[in-house]
Amino acid sequence: MNLLEDLYKDIILRHYKSPHNYGPLESANVRVVGDNPSCGDQIELQVETDGEQIADVRFRGQGCAISQASASLMTDLVKGKTWAEALELERKFKSMILDGAPPAPELGDLAALSGVHKLAARVKCATLAWNALEQAAQEARTKAQGT
Amino acid sequence: MAIVTPQTLRQDFPLLVHHPELVYLNSAATSQKPQAVIEAVSRYYRELNASVHRGAYTLSAQASEAYEQARRTLARFIGAEEREIIFVRNTTEALNLVAYAWGLRNLQPGDEILLTEMEHHANLVPWHLVCERTGARIKAIPLGDDGRLELEHLGTLLTERVRLVSVMHVSNVLGTVNPVAQIAQAARAVGALVLVDGAQSAPHMPVDVRALGADFYAFSGHKMLGPTGIGVLWGRYEVLETLAPFLGGGSMIREVYVDRSTYAQPPQRFEAGTPAVAEAVGLAAAVEYLERLGMANVWQHELELAAYALARLDEELPEVRTFGPRGQDRSGVIPFVLGSIHAHDVATALDQYGIAVRAGHHCAQPLHRKLGVAATVRASFYVYTTREDVDRFIEALKKVRDFFKDWL
Repeated sequence: MNLLEDLYKDIILRHYKSPHNYGPLESANVRVVGDNPSCGDQIELQVETDGEQIADVRFRGQGCAISQASASLMTDLVKGKTWAEALELERKFKSMILDGAPPAPELGDLAALSGVHKLAARVKCATLAWNALEQAAQEARTKAQGT
Repeated sequence: MAIVTPQTLRQDFPLLVHHPELVYLNSAATSQKPQAVIEAVSRYYRELNASVHRGAYTLSAQASEAYEQARRTLARFIGAEEREIIFVRNTTEALNLVAYAWGLRNLQPGDEILLTEMEHHANLVPWHLVCERTGARIKAIPLGDDGRLELEHLGTLLTERVRLVSVMHVSNVLGTVNPVAQIAQAARAVGALVLVDGAQSAPHMPVDVRALGADFYAFSGHKMLGPTGIGVLWGRYEVLETLAPFLGGGSMIREVYVDRSTYAQPPQRFEAGTPAVAEAVGLAAAVEYLERLGMANVWQHELELAAYALARLDEELPEVRTFGPRGQDRSGVIPFVLGSIHAHDVATALDQYGIAVRAGHHCAQPLHRKLGVAATVRASFYVYTTREDVDRFIEALKKVRDFFKDWL
């Protein structure tokens, strides 16, 4: 089955079974939870940030291979980036998933998720962690303004 | 007997003919429709459509007669009286009707509603809303490891404070057939009303509401070969008579003044506004189709398919864990997980082989918490499901297992 191999590439299953940046982050000052109530998938994102840069990020969650691998790959990619850079990556990722745009080179291994575009029912799995990231960005901004 | 040769019966379903390669195993969510139902709806619009119970003209009288004939057909189907059949949108609306028309008006702080841990959200959330406003409390009959209710707790749970017992007849996740008559008898002994969620029983087995001993019975048309947007709340007439209206509007009144109104007798009291006439006519056609097959045959067909599927899964797929009781008290619903692969990934993979199944919590989060899994895959059968469908499902599941073998 071509589509199956196309969707569940080895790298996706590796990140699903052994996610990177998984677990609590003691130094986190921004915490958000994103969920898909219709399927029960959940991602908790914990970020240490000065309001400008993502110093460290970890996640916890439960869900399918696509949602968990997307979160794992995303945290690898945005760690050390500024929020502006992270949100630009989010835009490129969503353009690949939602519009079927060819994967931008900056997305690196996340290109492995490009097959999700063909499966309307699974788009929300791939974007779950990224929606949480956007929420975290807003919270980081609010916090920075408040201090 | 048509049910013995479902391969021929498939020809009655235009969607299945249109998708010859599709193995549709999600009938517990919604069923496909036979040509007889599609034609009945179409014919209503072509030949009979008019305002019901309002016009003085012949066509309106004919439309009204078609609607009331549908009510009689539904009454016959579940052993009820015609005046006890209330047409609603679906099971969810029927349950909400009881929650609002009876619950809001009758429950007081300290009163209790007894549910079960296997309920669908449709039989949980309306009671949460009612309890928030009345101060009543919810208790639940526990679910045992074998997928059956632990009825040994019934005696302790059924105190004098319990005003209503609301329980699903057949579980939409596990397929468990609950001993509703036994529960109803115990409930009545303490003076509680009994509401039965029949969404998964009316489509699949012979149902006689009087034999169940219930006060209310709710079901949906779209799960039993009928159109969407039509369902039934049955209520014992003596109980319906005591209920205040749910929704107000045209059709449900006797006299209306600017500042007050009096209400019609049941069932009209609970059917405000122009009803879903074409859908009711379509549902009656679905009932007639099911009656031709014979509900006992429908049930037997599903029992056999479930037993066959479970035996093959046990034998050939040790990586698969199924849930639900084993025995004659189980409908054609197979919930399972494949190793530690998430249910959504399994369902997506099966879809690549043309197998349509549902994955998730199936609107039963408390039940899944009890099972200790976040989500399950569910294959569900109906009249048009063939043994070949089950074979194709099992063969596809083996390929999916092989694909994920290093990650199970």
